[in-house]
Amino acid sequence: MDFLNAVVALTNFVLIPATAYGAQLALGALGVTLIYGILRFSNFAHGDTMAFGTALVILITWAMQDRGIQLGPLPTALLALPFGIVLTAGFVLATDRAVYRFYRKQKAAPVILVIVSMGVMFIMNGLTRFIIGVGDIRFDDGERFLVTAGGFKRATGLAEGLAFRSTQALTIVTAVIVVALLFWFLNRTRTGKSMRAFSDNEDLALLSGINPERVVTVTWIIAAGLATIAGTLYGLDKSFKAFNYFQLLLPIFASAIVGGLGNPLGAIAGGFLIAYSEVGFTYAWKKVASYILPESLAPDGLVQLLSTDYKFAVSFAILIVVLLFKPTGLFKGKAV
Amino acid sequence: MKKLLAATAATALLAGFANADEIKIGVILGFTGPLESITPAMAAGAELAMKEVTDSAKLLDGSTVTSIRADSTCVDAAAATAAADRLVTSDKINAIMGADCSGVTGAILANVAVPNGIVMISPSATSPALSTAEDNGLFFRTAPSDARQGEVVRDILKEHGVKSIAITYTNNDYGKGLAEAIQRNWEESGGTVTLSAAHEDGKADYSAEVGALASAGGEVLVVAGYIDQGGSGIVRAALDTGAFDKFYFPDGMVGEKLNTNFGAELNGSMGDYPGTDSPGAAKFQEMASAAGFDGTSAFAPESYDAAALIMLAMEAARSPLSGDFKDKVMDVANAPGEKIYPGELAKALQILDEGGDVDYEGASAVELIGPGESKGNYREIEFIDGQYETVKYH
Repeated sequence: MDFLNAVVALTNFVLIPATAYGAQLALGALGVTLIYGILRFSNFAHGDTMAFGTALVILITWAMQDRGIQLGPLPTALLALPFGIVLTAGFVLATDRAVYRFYRKQKAAPVILVIVSMGVMFIMNGLTRFIIGVGDIRFDDGERFLVTAGGFKRATGLAEGLAFRSTQALTIVTAVIVVALLFWFLNRTRTGKSMRAFSDNEDLALLSGINPERVVTVTWIIAAGLATIAGTLYGLDKSFKAFNYFQLLLPIFASAIVGGLGNPLGAIAGGFLIAYSEVGFTYAWKKVASYILPESLAPDGLVQLLSTDYKFAVSFAILIVVLLFKPTGLFKGKAV
Repeated sequence: MKKLLAATAATALLAGFANADEIKIGVILGFTGPLESITPAMAAGAELAMKEVTDSAKLLDGSTVTSIRADSTCVDAAAATAAADRLVTSDKINAIMGADCSGVTGAILANVAVPNGIVMISPSATSPALSTAEDNGLFFRTAPSDARQGEVVRDILKEHGVKSIAITYTNNDYGKGLAEAIQRNWEESGGTVTLSAAHEDGKADYSAEVGALASAGGEVLVVAGYIDQGGSGIVRAALDTGAFDKFYFPDGMVGEKLNTNFGAELNGSMGDYPGTDSPGAAKFQEMASAAGFDGTSAFAPESYDAAALIMLAMEAARSPLSGDFKDKVMDVANAPGEKIYPGELAKALQILDEGGDVDYEGASAVELIGPGESKGNYREIEFIDGQYETVKYH
């Protein structure tokens, strides 16, 4: 019984939250890594693209709710998502035409494009706040929980509760589907293959007749789609606040870099690595230990490896160690 | 005859304006950053007082008061200092209404206000450290120090028969100061604190923090954070995982959003926020809705009061210069004198003009104590049926 309690406590406070958070980071990191791999610059505007896309999804969700359109136990936002993606993709493509294309024609160095993307970031930042405001917005509806902490306790008679939110489940399931689709697209379709060819060697790809503008367009559309999905899932699970998406940029880049910039598989591994290290390293084992160990050995202290203040230090320490020993990341990305 | 009248009137107007000045008050608040959702109402509150005074044409023989806004960012001391410096050196402001967060307030005070001799009244900086900051008598606040809130929190928790608490605080001057005040008061009175851990604002995920707090245990989780920021994230995660079901919310956490975001899940939780049953609060809310902003928004009444105190002190000293009126701020804020509520600034200016005394109560029942900070009035709230209700005043 005590052993079960320990397992449940660990699952409830470490495994489930870290997995859902990891999936959110992985989706964000995939978009960053795709832009890096194909367009060859770090897109700092990605966090705010997520915010922008999510803001549109929220607006559409509200419009749908007003008309009484709902998705039963699932959040209405899922229905609004495709429309949000289309609009965001349109906006991102317009940005590309208006801004990035100019620098691409100039064959500008990647560092210039990075600065340009920061400019785009600030504009999108302002635009999002202008459209939807600065406040905290909750837009989830439908069932909030698959399993509630109280319900689990009653059903099993254990002392520890286990909560599993429907948004966490949704995040994990959607992440799996999106990742599978993306890999199928990149590896099996003609457009996907031409994108990989363009990423591997631009000159060779051009010689073999691949249309670069088409590759760029498709890349932006996919990145906008990933950003909107990641942003909406994150907003459903926690809440929407423009400022948080800007802050999300840091762990997303950490994930993409640890995994190897430009490598989609790496982005996913990186997302989970960062999430598990943030939650796991700073977990206080007191509760789990007092269930497993005999009473005489039960700890007085928190049995915490590091205080939670250091959770970011942990992910950055991992980042540094990885880059020291494998400069291209865990899954051989492009060297910066 | 008509022409003569018009000419006389024009001359009289001109003569009137000859003595009057344009007084500028800098409104330095975090219009961007972690407090960006409450600062618009704060600035509107301060500007409401300025408009009232300008319209009355009674301040220093009809001077007009203009507000010049600047962004404190709440978190970036260098940006806040630069913004304040610009207001003082190029806009030539007479006083500062601000700043909002304790960290940037301290930075502006030390780097701009004191060197330039500018009076500064903050509506919302509550860090106990500001009580002892070197200020040459220039710094005041219409918000109480958190040292006082620490006592209120202890009293309320004791009344509810709580024995052990866990504390999580936002990692800045406000959160740290408040958490220390609560912990000190609580432990002195024999309670236990299982864990006092910081959380960073605006972060993506709070599972780690909630995991540690849940492991430490405790009857009540005290969340010394911001409702717009990590505080809400922590509460959400703690409720969802079943880590805590009872919370205590100090001032930064109390807002309408608690009702809409959490509702009945918080039944049995409690909290406090600055507030008073004085008639001024209700009057201010009326004026605010007429002016088109939310008068119940956190620190909006305190902002009105901060701006009002600056202008009343100017009148009392008959000078718009900080060096002259800094000694009058305490006089107009405290007894003796006629009590002044929001909307009565014209009356107050009249009394001061005639050499009388006023006791400014304002929207937040202002009484300045010690080094020029509000004594502090708090409402105790409790969640009943998914809504928080004021149950008592402290």
